[in-house]
Formats: sequence, structure tokens, C-alpha cells
Amino acid sequence: MSTIKDYFGLNEQALQLRNTRLELLSQNIANAATPNYRARDLDFAAAMRRAGSQVNLTATAGNHMRQSPLQTNIASGAVVFRVPLNPSVDNNTVEIGVEQAKFGRAAAEYQASLQFLENRISGLRKALRGE
Amino acid sequence: MALDRIMDIAGSGLSAQLVRMNTTASNIANSGVVAGSEAEAFRGKRAVFQTILDQTAVRNAMQAVGGVRVDRVVDDVRPLQEMYSPGHPQANELGYVWGSNVNEVEEMIEMLDASRGYQNNVEVIKTSKDLMMRTLEIAKA
Repeated sequence: MSTIKDYFGLNEQALQLRNTRLELLSQNIANAATPNYRARDLDFAAAMRRAGSQVNLTATAGNHMRQSPLQTNIASGAVVFRVPLNPSVDNNTVEIGVEQAKFGRAAAEYQASLQFLENRISGLRKALRGE
Repeated sequence: MALDRIMDIAGSGLSAQLVRMNTTASNIANSGVVAGSEAEAFRGKRAVFQTILDQTAVRNAMQAVGGVRVDRVVDDVRPLQEMYSPGHPQANELGYVWGSNVNEVEEMIEMLDASRGYQNNVEVIKTSKDLMMRTLEIAKA
């Protein structure tokens, strides 16, 4: 089983991180008019580095809690605050144009990660079929 | 922790922007209202937004936030229009009536901003829906 997991490599974590990034950006867009809201983003490189060097805890009993790799990453501070280009009066650091551009790009990156994963799956399937 | 969370967040944005648009519509509709005393006069309303804190995330000290909601609706504190109009049926004994303090130009801008905010959230939902559909098709690869 572990060989299949190795075969997928970091693609799985990458997809999850891309998803987290989309979530953070959607929060920024939803809070574009909230006073004192600070726009946040994911430091993707740092989060990916953590995902790569992660120690997986082994659950030895059924009621042991499993910590998802994502939670560890967020808890260990890969989320950063955005520095606004132009400060605003109500202390809100969301700049909607910037957020829209980043959201569009993050969506494309998500699709790219998905494509990599799909390629891996189709390769695995071919190997299993022995075509 | 999935794409449907994005839909929840953008959905909260939609409903908050709708409340904002409602207050703007009410302000514009009531901008011509005249009253016989200062206390009865119409004052412009403004929705104040607040970030929803994700409780489970707060417990894990992750500082995660969720969507947005309307914290409260505040009255505009700027002075009302005091007009001397003795013939007005609602005038007080000195002949004064009070009009609202709504500035129509400001309200139009507020409405545009709210509708743009609404559109942005709709786009977020559309994009995450597309990504969700593509992710569902991953097994077909």
C-alpha cells in the first residue's frame, strides 16, 4: 500500500494545499467590505516544504486522533498576512483586484495539480491492466 | 476542509451584501420622508460587517476565519435637514419640519459597491463549482 502512496508523491498534499489557498482567498473576497479585516494568504513554498518533511504519527488504537497534514501546516504558521499596496481608511487590507487575480491563478494551479494527479492515476491503471 | 467550505464562505458574502443592498434601498426610498420632530425623522442606515470566526479553528489556536456576517446596522449620525415650512401639515408649532439625512449620491455608490461585492462572490462560487466537478471526474482519468 505504501508503494502506491509513494507513487502519488506530494501531489495529494499539493492538491490539499491548493484547496486551502483557494479557501483563504475566498475568505478575503467575502470580507472585502469588513472593517479591520486583514487579508491572508498561504505561503505555498513554506507549506509545501513542511508537507515534504512531515513526520507521520502512527495511530496504534482506534480512538487515537489523526492529525491531517493540512492542519499541521496551518497551525505551524504557513498562513501569512498580505501587505496592502494602498492602505485604506477602515483598516481593511483586502484589495479586490489583487484578490481576484490571485484567485484566478490559484484556480488554474488547482487544475494543474489535479491534472498531475490524473496522469498518475491513468499511468497506474495502465500498469495494473498490463496493456 | 473541502471545496464546499469555499461555497459556504462565498454564500455568507452573498447574504451580507444583500443586507447591505437592502439598507441602501431603504435609505433611497425614505430619503424624501419628512417628520414633525427630530426624533421621528428618518436617519440613513448602514450595515457594518464582521468576520465570522471558525470556532473549531479557534479552539485549535489556528486563528482561522470563516465568512462574513452583518454585525449590526447603525444610524447615520450626521445632522438632519431642518426646514422652515409653516404650511406643511406635519410642521411643529414653530413651523419647522425635519427631512432625512440621506445623501443620494453616497447611496448610489454604496449600492454599486454592494452589487460588485455580490458579483465577486458569485464568481467565487462558479469557479469552485467548476473545480469540484473536475475533481469528481478524477477517477475517469
